[in-house]
Amino acid sequence: MGEGALNQYLPLLGIVVVIFGFALRFNPMLVVPAAALTTGLLAGFDIEEVIGKLGKAFNDARIIIIPWVVLPVIGLLERYGLQQRARAVIGGFRAATAGRLLILYLLYRQIISAIGLHSTAGHPQTVRPLLAPMAVAAAEKQTELDEETEEKVKAYSAATDNVGLFFGEDIFFAIGSIVLIQQTLEAYDIILSPLELAVWAIPTAIAAFIIHGARLLMLDRSLARTTGDGMRRP
Amino acid sequence: MITIQFVFYLVGALFAAWSLLSLFDRTNPKRFGNAAFWGLIALSLIAGHLLEDFHNGLLVLALAALATFKMLGRGAPSVGEAERAAAGERHGNKLFLPILVVLLTAVLGTLLYLYTPLRETGLFEKNRETFILLCFGVLLALAVIFAWLKPPILAPLDEGRRLIDAVGWAAVLPLMLAALGLVLADTGVGKTIGTLLLTVIPEGTVLPAVIVFGVGMALLTILTGNAFAAFPVMATAIGVPLLIQGYGGDPAVVGAIGMLAGFCGTLMTPMAANFNLVPAALLELKDQNGVIKAQIGTAIPMLVVNILFIYFFAF
Repeated sequence: MGEGALNQYLPLLGIVVVIFGFALRFNPMLVVPAAALTTGLLAGFDIEEVIGKLGKAFNDARIIIIPWVVLPVIGLLERYGLQQRARAVIGGFRAATAGRLLILYLLYRQIISAIGLHSTAGHPQTVRPLLAPMAVAAAEKQTELDEETEEKVKAYSAATDNVGLFFGEDIFFAIGSIVLIQQTLEAYDIILSPLELAVWAIPTAIAAFIIHGARLLMLDRSLARTTGDGMRRP
Repeated sequence: MITIQFVFYLVGALFAAWSLLSLFDRTNPKRFGNAAFWGLIALSLIAGHLLEDFHNGLLVLALAALATFKMLGRGAPSVGEAERAAAGERHGNKLFLPILVVLLTAVLGTLLYLYTPLRETGLFEKNRETFILLCFGVLLALAVIFAWLKPPILAPLDEGRRLIDAVGWAAVLPLMLAALGLVLADTGVGKTIGTLLLTVIPEGTVLPAVIVFGVGMALLTILTGNAFAAFPVMATAIGVPLLIQGYGGDPAVVGAIGMLAGFCGTLMTPMAANFNLVPAALLELKDQNGVIKAQIGTAIPMLVVNILFIYFFAF
């Protein structure tokens, strides 16, 4: 391998820094700049240039911070009981099975994420206090829950929140990822408005609802099967 | 004309207020760390365009240092849970109204501006309309809340700070990852990965290129834990040169659904700790990978679907 070829592949060590940094559970805020410095130095820039590049890239991407501007409104409404109201609305859906309950939550999560209310739900806010206990309670009606099955129902509750968030949020055009796409393509003189990008998140959102929804119905069927076993017991 | 700089000043002022309030918040044992962190972000938003690249870089390293040495904390909330619940009972579903004000201002405002003669007034900077209108929506909603509920004057800033403190340094992590992506692209890493990946793509056919782009997004996301870091690399390597410029694919489809292919990777990686490991701990699961195991059955079919969507919608 010639020296030129080696020099071309050396900066890839930055990716290696990311992989090991995350694998060893270092703070991502340390890993990410460290990876940028590694890559830059190995690509032959001096330290001042690399720090400058990092600074320019950060400065050019600042627009990603803008959506936090809604926090004063959300926070203020929470002071007047918004979360409790939202919980009361979800609590109104008293579905008979764990799967159906999770499907309703999946729909709810996708919709609130799509209209920019993604941070009104999440693992600490809704999954632990509400969704997981409700799903477990529903599953208890379907079967005699052993520990393994209960773990599975809880894991599906967290998974449903993630799926609903990931495949809902990009429909909201003022979200960070849409802005990142816009910024990245703008560097190649491809100018797109956030709305033009956000509409293309809709087909995937529908597919996610169908695929994950089908898996939740399968969860119900697997719970029903365990009931059959339970019935045979004296 | 109202430009994005107006938005930066406004949000910068918000972070500056959070910094000041943190400084005097004695309930937060790490108040100086919070004040410094939010203060630096305020500085970046308000004056980043005036600073030299090197100084902006030092600012980034300072943010990283504050986060790494765990110098950020949280203050105590001013209003208790029981009091919030009682207030929610009193105000009912009308509480959702101010949120609708924000959203309708942003959504309808953008549509109204872009698809009527209003556009010719050139009131807003091009392609930045939504962000500017989002800020107006927030101001309008705050006005509605003040007229209706008459909160203490500092309440919106204090309540906003409670939320941003809860998010902590993760609030700027996406920005860090975007910066890393751009540095990787700038130093030719994207091109190198691109050339490596290009060697497996047969020339002249679209489908294999789309598959490598989609699977590459997912794999790189699994490695880095975040689709935000993967996207600029894959866009530089394959998305832009091959799919968009080479085969004439629709950039909106390639960009938007490419990112979503990356999200399928997020569902399958322990590196995305926030989404996969934190809830496992929070729900006290015995298996810390339990959430990932529940997600793989959705993530893999979704990756296939996203790749097919790019192939059929972009070409």
